[in-house]
Amino acid sequence: MDAFTTFTAVAVPLDAANVDTDQIIPAPFLSRPRADGYRDLLFYRVRRDADGEMNPDFTLNQDAYKDAGIIVADRNFGCGSSRENAAWTLLDNGFRSVIAPSFGDIHYNNQMNNGMVPVILRDAVCATIRAQLHAGPGARITVDLQSNRVTGPDGTKYEFAIPEFNRYRLLEGLDDIAMTLDLEADIAACEARRRAQEGWLFR
Amino acid sequence: MAKTMFEKIWDRHVVLERDDGQVLLYIDRHLCHDGSRAGFTKLKSLGLKLRRPEQTFATPDHYRPSTVKTVAQIEDPTMRGILEQLVANAAEFGIHHFGLDSGKQGIAHVVGPELGITLPGILLVCGDSHTATHGALGAFAFGIGASEVAHVMATQTLWQRKPKSMRITVDGALGFGVAAKDVILAIIGQIGTAGATGHAVEYAGSVIRDMGMEGRMTICNMTIEAGGRAGMIAPDDKTLAYCKGREFAPKGADWDAAVEYWKTLPSDADAVFDTDIAVDGDAIAPMVTWGTSPENVVPVTGAVPDPVAEPDPVKRKSLEGALAYMDLKPGTRMTDIAVDKVFIGSCTNGRIEDLRIAAKVAKGRRAAVATLIVPGSTLVKRQAEAEGLDRIFIDAGMEWRESACSMCVAQNGDYLEPGKRSASTSNRNFMGRQGEGGRTHLVGPAMAAAAAVTGRITDVRQMMEEN
Repeated sequence: MDAFTTFTAVAVPLDAANVDTDQIIPAPFLSRPRADGYRDLLFYRVRRDADGEMNPDFTLNQDAYKDAGIIVADRNFGCGSSRENAAWTLLDNGFRSVIAPSFGDIHYNNQMNNGMVPVILRDAVCATIRAQLHAGPGARITVDLQSNRVTGPDGTKYEFAIPEFNRYRLLEGLDDIAMTLDLEADIAACEARRRAQEGWLFR
Repeated sequence: MAKTMFEKIWDRHVVLERDDGQVLLYIDRHLCHDGSRAGFTKLKSLGLKLRRPEQTFATPDHYRPSTVKTVAQIEDPTMRGILEQLVANAAEFGIHHFGLDSGKQGIAHVVGPELGITLPGILLVCGDSHTATHGALGAFAFGIGASEVAHVMATQTLWQRKPKSMRITVDGALGFGVAAKDVILAIIGQIGTAGATGHAVEYAGSVIRDMGMEGRMTICNMTIEAGGRAGMIAPDDKTLAYCKGREFAPKGADWDAAVEYWKTLPSDADAVFDTDIAVDGDAIAPMVTWGTSPENVVPVTGAVPDPVAEPDPVKRKSLEGALAYMDLKPGTRMTDIAVDKVFIGSCTNGRIEDLRIAAKVAKGRRAAVATLIVPGSTLVKRQAEAEGLDRIFIDAGMEWRESACSMCVAQNGDYLEPGKRSASTSNRNFMGRQGEGGRTHLVGPAMAAAAAVTGRITDVRQMMEEN
């Protein structure tokens, strides 16, 4: 995965709470291999009206946000299904960060495992930033993972927390499988212990 | 120090803890399905073997059409290709595979418990959010993404941060005609769809103790719909009776040793949870959702709420959006809502107990709308047929299908048509979940069968009294 240090991009406000991963990418598209790309699938249905035309009220469809790279969302972004395809389609559309008051647990990890930075900021802060973005469409935000700071459209800086392990991996662009394989001795020791504790799982 | 069941299981699986608090956990058993193929692809691209094939179990479920008996019969080339790929991957990596010809295929979360793959005290993962189901046996089980699936395949471990603990105590006794699905929908209605985010949830109380294993699986299954990482229930005599004799469960002296250990698993009496929530079991009625999130739920005796009552403008807008999508007006009585299609099945309600209660309602009646009965596994299907439940459904004009995820996630050719409305025993009423433009009302299996025979949302208690 690509390393993430600091990222500045147009931010798009998404006002709805509980944006589930079925909305981010509907199930019929999940059969597509990762290598074929996911750029055309982001919010495939919810950004269209009943006739299949792009809904101009959906912020992502508006010209001001066509180069957006950050989403500022409401609470519980990415709840529901574990489909990592949701992170893939965000990434393939240039989104490297989503800012929200809370995330679905699995999607939160999926973003970080794809080189994205999910930023948790308080409800009121997210609401303020979304309002600023609505007032000035096309405004840019900076997510700085080196200092754990977000710079809002008006220059206000907000600190955020992210698990240190993931922060380190994101800053270095490290895939965790290689890291873990280096711990083979520890894994083997634990496995031997598990065999002794609950041998029936290994017969 | 007093420990919760979750902490006891967690501690036994720690490979190592980093200074930053990140923990490497050992995975006892890994369930795969036909949607897990990105994991195999990554493994191949890295030139790695699967570390513990003996502890890895796969079954096709998401892409298995409910109308075919063999892979060769699948007409859709994408679905057929995905199932063929699972067969090939299983052979290449040497994992257990319950294919369509094995007699054991089914939804991963039905197959795990019924084959004894899921056991008390184990740490089980699967690349599917409804993995919380397995906690009903006293396991710690949670859903993971594709990168994590590949990590487990390569290392048999996973990096995690310790979730917080939550206990949801449901005391009292359930009323007539009220069952597990109603309990979990009531819980989600009470705490909200993010109410348990970041938590491992233990369900406790008299209602849970009195409940059978299938019901407990329904409860734990939908923990993710409250945002919870895992749902768990302390193992008891019912759990032991359920596990005994199953294919991958311990036998002989192993069984005795396992039981002795499993009896130590329940949370210590003075264990402290980060959050404690009480739910009044006596007050729960049959539940039905009206909106596009499982938290949009009311008793069947209730009505569609009015967004005007919501003070927060953003939330109000979202409620209005849900009503617009569902084409419902505030104040409409739930029992006045007509449905076009009924789905009984899924990892939430596709087990034998679910089919039994649905058959009880369907018996001697006729379906008024298209109704799909999709058993959660091949073994459930065989059991239902041995009990004659298939005849009851077929005589009622309902369709008796092969086991699959089916209309819960609409990836296998079974779906809800645009603008149509379903009563469904599945777990998500998200926009487009059952098919583009489809409108889903989540209910339990008895309520779904009642909706099938009346063609509208119906309080099943009245029909059960008629019998």
